Amino acid sequence: MSYKVLYYVNQFFGQVGGEDKAGMAPVIKDEKVGPALGFDQLMGEDAEVVGTIICGDNFFNENNEEAVKFIIDAVSEKNPDLVVAGPAFNAGRYGMACAGVAKIVADELKIPVITGMYEENPGLETSRAKAIVVETTDSAAGMKKALATMSDLARKMLKGEKLGYPEDEGYFAQGKRLTVFSDKRGSERAVEMLLARFKGEEFKSELPMPVFDRVAPAAAIKDLSKAKIALVTSGGIVPNGNPDRIQSASAQKWGKYNIAGKDSLEGEFYTIHGGYDPVYANELPDRVAPLDMMRKFQKEGLIGEVYEYFYTTTGTGTSVGNSITFGSEIGKELKEAGVDAAILTST
Amino acid sequence: MSTITTISESVGANRIVPTIAIPYPVGNPNLSKVVEEDLREKLVRRAITALGTEVEETTYF
Repeated sequence: MSYKVLYYVNQFFGQVGGEDKAGMAPVIKDEKVGPALGFDQLMGEDAEVVGTIICGDNFFNENNEEAVKFIIDAVSEKNPDLVVAGPAFNAGRYGMACAGVAKIVADELKIPVITGMYEENPGLETSRAKAIVVETTDSAAGMKKALATMSDLARKMLKGEKLGYPEDEGYFAQGKRLTVFSDKRGSERAVEMLLARFKGEEFKSELPMPVFDRVAPAAAIKDLSKAKIALVTSGGIVPNGNPDRIQSASAQKWGKYNIAGKDSLEGEFYTIHGGYDPVYANELPDRVAPLDMMRKFQKEGLIGEVYEYFYTTTGTGTSVGNSITFGSEIGKELKEAGVDAAILTST
Repeated sequence: MSTITTISESVGANRIVPTIAIPYPVGNPNLSKVVEEDLREKLVRRAITALGTEVEETTYF
């Protein structure tokens, strides 16, 4: 049987026009347009492209709700087995649109999506877990190869075949951990890896190290004596009784508590953080979140003021994803409150 | 302000003050009250100095 594929392209690959047409509202054509044609030929008898959605990159990003609705309607009408978007190469807005398609179609409508991007495309991070994102070159010069890989993977996806490892099949790792059986136990594999490393031979870690984050340093505070400074901790310091039920490990939320007029956290706060001996922090929470000294420096005039709320969560076991969310939310509040800097303490 | 400063570096912190221990980063219960307060004052002062110092890359204070 032949499977049905719906294709998504932008105004350029949809042969409508260049930047001047980037604001075009989505349309759907029954024909195969641009890369949809090449993809359709590669799929041969196995699948047919039953329609091409063409949408301006600016339109998708600026009128997201409308674009989303259009795609949902088109998918309901065409009822495809798979949706293909792009490849977007290194085109940022196109990549974000393809990621948007992945979100709606794969995440919400539960129809598999395949797309293609260059490794630095900003759409990659938000789509790689939802769709199969084939690794492409940075420009459309790599179209032929991208479509070949995409069609190979699409065929497997449609037939319900298991995909191989990302590096073998040419798509970006989705961040999934799978259980696999090995004929050697962990200690043997570790020793083999170690020996290979000693001998300068190639070896492959089973748990790649995360890439270190780089953040542009914030400018120094020119006049500390006028600065409003906030206290933030991942040490799990909360008011006695933990009123917001912040988790003691793998935190799902953060809290903020009013400390206006307090010279120390002693007596009213304690720690709910798992994994470290809480005796010392419970005795004197300022050992984790040093309000006492911040207040002292405020009184001395070294700093302008201590922000009236302090922010807290639990660090242990908390996912990087949640940590990024917490950090962004807390940072936004501090910025809106006119806070100049934060002292972040970690246990 | 942290004790496992390699983690601070890995998440992109640019101004790092190494602290005492995981359960009491900004303190030390083994010291007398007065000496411990001096220690905490010194560490927090260092953090505030860091906030007032221009840095180009990850810097320890």
